[in-house]
Amino acid sequence: MTLLSISNVTKRFGAIQVLNGVNLEIEAGTVTGLVGDNGAGKSTLMKTITGIYAIDEGTITFNGQDVAGLAPGERRERGIEMIYQDLALAKQQDVASNIFLGREPKRRPLGFLPWIVDKTKMDAEARKMIDRLGARIPSVHRPVGLFSGGQQQTVAIARALTFNPKLVIMDEPTAALAVREVESVLNLIKQLKSEGIAVILISHRLNDVFEVTDRIVVLRQGRIEANLQTAQTQMREVVSHIVGAH
Amino acid sequence: MTPVPTTKAEQWRRLQFFFDSKLHIRLESLVVLIALCAAMAVLSPFFFSISNFLNIFLATSTIGVLAIGATVILSSNGLDLSLGSVMGFSGIVGAYLVVIAGLPWPFAIIGALAAGAFAGAINGFLITRTRMPAFIVTLGMLGIARGFALILAPNGGSIYGLPAPVVFLGQGRPLGIPTPVIILALTALIVHYMLAYSPFGRHTLAMGDSEAAARATGIPVERLRWKLYILSGFMAGLAGLLFMARVNAGDPTAGINYELTAITAAIIGGTSLFGGKGSILGTLVGALIMGVLQNGLNLLSVPSFWQQVAIGVVLILAVYIDQLQSAKEKKS
Repeated sequence: MTLLSISNVTKRFGAIQVLNGVNLEIEAGTVTGLVGDNGAGKSTLMKTITGIYAIDEGTITFNGQDVAGLAPGERRERGIEMIYQDLALAKQQDVASNIFLGREPKRRPLGFLPWIVDKTKMDAEARKMIDRLGARIPSVHRPVGLFSGGQQQTVAIARALTFNPKLVIMDEPTAALAVREVESVLNLIKQLKSEGIAVILISHRLNDVFEVTDRIVVLRQGRIEANLQTAQTQMREVVSHIVGAH
Repeated sequence: MTPVPTTKAEQWRRLQFFFDSKLHIRLESLVVLIALCAAMAVLSPFFFSISNFLNIFLATSTIGVLAIGATVILSSNGLDLSLGSVMGFSGIVGAYLVVIAGLPWPFAIIGALAAGAFAGAINGFLITRTRMPAFIVTLGMLGIARGFALILAPNGGSIYGLPAPVVFLGQGRPLGIPTPVIILALTALIVHYMLAYSPFGRHTLAMGDSEAAARATGIPVERLRWKLYILSGFMAGLAGLLFMARVNAGDPTAGINYELTAITAAIIGGTSLFGGKGSILGTLVGALIMGVLQNGLNLLSVPSFWQQVAIGVVLILAVYIDQLQSAKEKKS
């Protein structure tokens, strides 16, 4: 079943044409690697899917619905989550606040006062989510900025997974991690796939991409250069597509 | 479960964390406030009395209301330099409507609050729509609002003769407590509730912390920012109303430089100049530190020029302590 369908998408920043008629389909429950040179338009393409950038032309349908005109929050509601390369965390806020940012559980004190954030529930749920990911974070009450890079990554992942996403986009999730942490991110991707969640993985580390993906899509100068089945391609072929020597 | 804290430093850190997370007050600020009160009580026999404390609260009320606006804006990593001017403008609008235009007395209140909110709305509109820096937009508004205050006032002078119900807002003492103090307390409670506990407040702090994080999680960043500037303008309007009622006149020069005092109070109270951290109760402590300092130095007949020096020193010290602290946290 086609989960996400992008057709003829273009995006300009001023005079620079970043996306140049992109067509891409993502099946539910598959892992797609998105590779390409710096400036090929990978991050921009992903941000048009999450709604951070509005597209100039083309259509984006998700789960059979046109989502191109929707705000980022509305697309999250429909199951599109993204883990950003810089993690996009609010560093002075605590772990639980970050995981539930924009979707805090609410309650009315005394039954009639204006809605407030249900901190107790939020903390408990955050704890559960962190434990489910098998991560070691000593306290959900501490500001995120006090934790290590790997721990912060876990918080960003927890935020993306807490609300049952259908598609998770990961932008260079392993770039800043130690070897053991890379392994756990790759395992997580496999686990998401087994739960029927589609994943788009942006990465420069082709070894990682080959290990976990079903398809590899090469983006070059704002166009899809190649859309390959991982099992039927090789590192050399992918690299030659990336540099445009194919 | 949790191990018993062993060292003094560890105990202090736990206490700090408790105050910060549960009461939303910076422990250091509270200690400074109490120490300051103790010192003044020793130095002056007149300091420690209910009537003097009410004086301090009354003197703090206008700045306190402005500082609430400053806190909300700073928490969101914004800046509102027009607070003092908008306060002056709002007072003039309120006085003009009832004294010169001859409208019934409630229009002094409605007019002042609406004028403040309107100026805030323009600030917010320009900042979110044109993407000009808040510094520039609100610096422009600082000039514009003050200019209009002087234009509306006849010959640039004060507008006298406010109706009694309006004056009551500034000079009344229901149950012996000055009305502006009651209004400050209520306003602070409401905005504290919003900033510390509501989703609106959480989103404000998160946006001030990282706009990218707020955007990525679907928080409508521009709309939220616009609302915050309207709230800040409304607070300036309320401060203008209180000041006008207290001095029984619309004064076009009211509130000159007050924005800096308000920002100082917020920062002494623990609000970050760079967003992501801020609390109304903390700001009240900050405003009271300045109020007690001023009051105590008055009682000791220290010339007012020295009071300005003292407040400057307190501001720099407050930020310095904060930096020492965060440097230590990063190391541990």
